[in-house]
Amino acid sequence: MMSKRLSTPILLLYLLASLLPIYWMLNMSLKTNEEIVGVMSMWPQTLTLDNFKTIFTDPSWYSGYINSMIYVAINTVLSVGVALPAAYAFSRYSFLGDKHLFFWLLTNRMTPPAVFLLPFFQLYSTVGLMDTHLAVALAHMVFNVPLAVWILEGFMSGVPKEIDETAYIDGYSFPKFFIRIFLPLIKSGVGVTAFFCFMFSWVELLLARTLTSVDAKPIAAVMTRTVSAAGMDWGVLAAAGILTIVPGALVIWFVRHYIAKGFAMGRV
Amino acid sequence: MKTYNNRAWFLILPVLLTVAFSAILPLMTIVNYSVQDILGPTQKVFVGTEWFKDVMRDPELHEALLRQLLFSLSVLAIQIPLGILIALAMPASGWKASLSLVLIALPLLIPWNVVGTIWQIFGRGDIGLLGYAINRAGIDYNYTGDSLDAWTTVLAMDVWHWTPLVVLLCYAGLRAIPDAYYQAAKIDGASRWAVFRFIQLPKLRNVLMIAVLLRFMDSFMIYTEPFVLTGGGPGNATTFLSQYLTQKAVGQFDLGPAAAFSLIYFFIILLFCFILYNWMQRLGTGDKS
Repeated sequence: MMSKRLSTPILLLYLLASLLPIYWMLNMSLKTNEEIVGVMSMWPQTLTLDNFKTIFTDPSWYSGYINSMIYVAINTVLSVGVALPAAYAFSRYSFLGDKHLFFWLLTNRMTPPAVFLLPFFQLYSTVGLMDTHLAVALAHMVFNVPLAVWILEGFMSGVPKEIDETAYIDGYSFPKFFIRIFLPLIKSGVGVTAFFCFMFSWVELLLARTLTSVDAKPIAAVMTRTVSAAGMDWGVLAAAGILTIVPGALVIWFVRHYIAKGFAMGRV
Repeated sequence: MKTYNNRAWFLILPVLLTVAFSAILPLMTIVNYSVQDILGPTQKVFVGTEWFKDVMRDPELHEALLRQLLFSLSVLAIQIPLGILIALAMPASGWKASLSLVLIALPLLIPWNVVGTIWQIFGRGDIGLLGYAINRAGIDYNYTGDSLDAWTTVLAMDVWHWTPLVVLLCYAGLRAIPDAYYQAAKIDGASRWAVFRFIQLPKLRNVLMIAVLLRFMDSFMIYTEPFVLTGGGPGNATTFLSQYLTQKAVGQFDLGPAAAFSLIYFFIILLFCFILYNWMQRLGTGDKS
């Protein structure tokens, strides 16, 4: 490790640089528009909560948050759900083409979302999924499922195989064993995986915006549209930005103990 | 070690089905477009590899690709060493570790267009702290007008946004090193540099590999942030590959060329990741500590 004399200033300096842009947004969200555009001030001269009030009272704003939360939740549940059995198979069995399959899963994460925009649009129009939460959730699975399989596989490989064998000898069927015995053992792994699915789905905009128009419009897309329609309403924009950070910050607070552990144990 | 059992395929079936729906079908649509000239909903002409030849000769694409490579390599060159440094500087346990972990991870959880928006304001000379401070320091800075300023602002934004991921990975890797290694080093009287070079760095190889791969892939696909921040300008200074592609596909409705472009784009990423992966794996076989 580094000496305390050196490491503390480095860390503090980095944290300062890292938090300044976020502080600036918070600062703006509490100012009036005249002040934002008019003067350069380190903190609000006239403190106002109007920007936040606008968001909490206008349905076109707060429905964006609800939409985002819905598809992120669906995506997280589905991604973890399909990744669990697959990760188990990769960690416990060898089978025809297993290594190729694992690398192929990885390649799906390498496809630029921009590449998929048009085909997704057409595919989901054809099957009638356009502008639904499910469409965005399914589209986001392209990059979340491979990640979920990676992380879960690492956690599962950390569980001794003898546990499986003992359970089978005791007469457990596979589903019963998996849910009653195996899942509780990798609880923290499931938590970490869910966190990463949440994170990558929450921050993605391109696919979410393309696949929705009205009913499932994510907050990130609402931000871009409302701003252009109302001129530049910097204050409300900043307030909306601050509010998009809140759910993520809450989630990370709850899983903070597992994150580091999750990475260390996972295949990553 | 592992049991050979082909029935394991049944467990993978759900993943295969969902990924098939969300990845293989769209990919095949693109392959389909890339060899046809689409004149209307019902009118299509097979053109073979025509679009691929076109795209490969497009000078604007070459520029965008070069810009992209330069950007991704700069991202790696800055973020990886910085990430290792910060991870080393972080306390190993206690409330300080928890707090700095949460604070460091914060930029990762901000939606990408909000990231662009933050920096759009933050960098402005009149109302943004960064732009104001730099101008005050006597340096002429204007990210909307000057291509070099725009370029560095996008890079700074990406460093701010994604270094936390490298820090998290390295921090986890460091925590996984057993204490016995450090004790042995202490007995041998190893210097701090030697501990880093011969214990910590080799042990970080696995997490660094994934950090390099993830950062390379994601920076190569960067779209939303520069789009919001600079819109690709001034001129084409910050038009990266995916933005150029989206302009072509959505703006000009050139389905065929855009599809051919997409495939080439995908293969470039695949190729680089493959090379990086193999190179970094070979790198580690020398010292098996």
